[in-house]
Amino acid sequence: MSKAIIKIEDLKREFTMGTETVHALKGISFDIKEGEFVTIMGSSGSGKSTMLNILGCLDQPTSGTYEIDGVRVKDLSRNELATIRNEKIGFIFQSYNLLARTSAIENVELPLLYNSKVSTEERRKRAIEALEKVGLGERLHHTPSQLSGGQQQRVAIARSLVNNPVMILADEATGNLDTRTSYEIMSLFQELNKQGITITFVTHEPDIATFSSRTIVLKDGQVMQDYNNHNVQSAANELAKLPKQDD
Amino acid sequence: MRLLNLFKIATKAIILNKTRTLLTMLGIIIGVASVIAMLAIGEGSKESIRTSISAMGSNMITIKAGADTRGGVRQEASVMESLTLSDYEAIKAQSTLLSYSSPVVEGRGQVINGSSNWPSSIYGVNPEYLNIKVVGLQSGSMFTDAEVKTASKVAVIGQTVVDNVFPDGQDPVGQMIRFNNIPFKVIGVLEEKGENTFGQDQDDVVIAPYTTVQKRILAIDHLNQIMASAISEEEAPEAVLEVSNILRVQHKLTDSNNDDFTVRSMEELISTFSSTSEMLTILLVAVASISLLIGGIGIMNIMYVSVKERTKEIGLRMAVGGKGSDILMQFLIEAILISITGGVLGVLLGLGATVFIEKFLNWPTSVALYSIVISFAVCAVTGIFFGWYPARKASALDPITALRYE
Repeated sequence: MSKAIIKIEDLKREFTMGTETVHALKGISFDIKEGEFVTIMGSSGSGKSTMLNILGCLDQPTSGTYEIDGVRVKDLSRNELATIRNEKIGFIFQSYNLLARTSAIENVELPLLYNSKVSTEERRKRAIEALEKVGLGERLHHTPSQLSGGQQQRVAIARSLVNNPVMILADEATGNLDTRTSYEIMSLFQELNKQGITITFVTHEPDIATFSSRTIVLKDGQVMQDYNNHNVQSAANELAKLPKQDD
Repeated sequence: MRLLNLFKIATKAIILNKTRTLLTMLGIIIGVASVIAMLAIGEGSKESIRTSISAMGSNMITIKAGADTRGGVRQEASVMESLTLSDYEAIKAQSTLLSYSSPVVEGRGQVINGSSNWPSSIYGVNPEYLNIKVVGLQSGSMFTDAEVKTASKVAVIGQTVVDNVFPDGQDPVGQMIRFNNIPFKVIGVLEEKGENTFGQDQDDVVIAPYTTVQKRILAIDHLNQIMASAISEEEAPEAVLEVSNILRVQHKLTDSNNDDFTVRSMEELISTFSSTSEMLTILLVAVASISLLIGGIGIMNIMYVSVKERTKEIGLRMAVGGKGSDILMQFLIEAILISITGGVLGVLLGLGATVFIEKFLNWPTSVALYSIVISFAVCAVTGIFFGWYPARKASALDPITALRYE
């Protein structure tokens, strides 16, 4: 049995809006093991975004425990959270969030700039490796405006890989892409997952969930369903089934 | 290492926004350049005053009769006859800090030679006068102490007088002239000195033994002034005190009496003039500093806009591990880089402007090293001061809100 990277127990998050207290998460518990490909699903208002913020160490739970790679996140300071994000998590966003007018390689190098243990040479080397891994080895010096949406998301994926995180956290990573490109990206995720990278994918699209090995469904701040997917679809196959584009 | 990376990030941001950065810098550039140019003008005029006063004899000390009350009536200083030859002799005998001294009596009158005549001033002095005034002779010789003693009718004249009463260019030495109808034999011509700082022609003079001028021209036995020179410029203030003390004893003044004479050194004159031009410098610099301040506000403004505009970028940097302090440093370095680059360009522009002013406007200028150092330091401080608030604001952003910012 592989070890648990994420351990969540009775996690609660409350927001105070004026005099009212909103219970966004009402006691959530689950573990994510190394090498899993988990999708977290839920409609809006289900607590999905709050869950993502806490998983990404951007936010702190009100109560309960959250452990990532053996580190208890609760009670960490802002700076310590930043270090955890830098060393253990790779973020991928719906809108890519690449730096404009900045080359792909520099975008990928970004997380390593905040890690003083990585030298300039190593930073460059790792950025090139990451870009090659996502199939953009030929486009190192292109800026985001010279890349298609799918390519931009690949750069973002390379950026999330470059710091060798224990988990990649994707927030609606295919939300801005057409079906074909989404499948391409999903097949890339599956490939990376096969290489042993743990992926947590937050989405509201059910078909995306079919590509993952496990699905957690949130509703009203609680886990409604948590099941292993025994019939994982191959995104590459789905891609092949799509009608050919004439280009 | 980390700081180097932040430095790279900041440089990159500046390069990506070239035009905007340059426009922001413009405020600082103009501010620094004007501070440097203004200080150069101020320093230049101060220096030119100092050198022209020095040329008049910078360790010169002038003793004049002071205002006093006679029978309840306040008298003008010039009509006082309280300065006498015995005062001069006392000073000469007792002072230790004076190298030269001379009695001075002066009057105005007409210099006549044949059909030419010219209004001029006559100074009755002793031979040491030339040493006090730091002036030499271009021809002939100065009268001697013996000629003073015998009240000889000999004179040394300045170039302006020569030009006007010897219009056909003959050598004046050995010629006779008349001053207020008293004949004088010209025995020397003074070196040309030109105008002094106050616009007075220093060559428009006739110099004769004070005894001669007292008896034959003015018919007085008091002195108008006593002139002396201190052994050095530094000793001048001490010498002033010493002369004052000698004169107080000489005039039998008690502690309750005010001086009935004035003793002035050029040092006072220099400082009076310097303080006037210093005042001007302060004014100019104040105006220039305001433009530097406005430049600083320009930086703050643009950094503030930049932080707002790059909120999403800040959110991303935080998400991938940038700490608050990293973000703060990034924006602070950016602000400092803008202000320091602006400072360098400003110094260059200021120096250029100074050369221009000197060459084409013929104003005396002098670039003081301290003005460069100060305006440069002010620049760096401006960057930190005005960059701090926006940078602080950026670093305090919540990464979640920043990431969702549109």
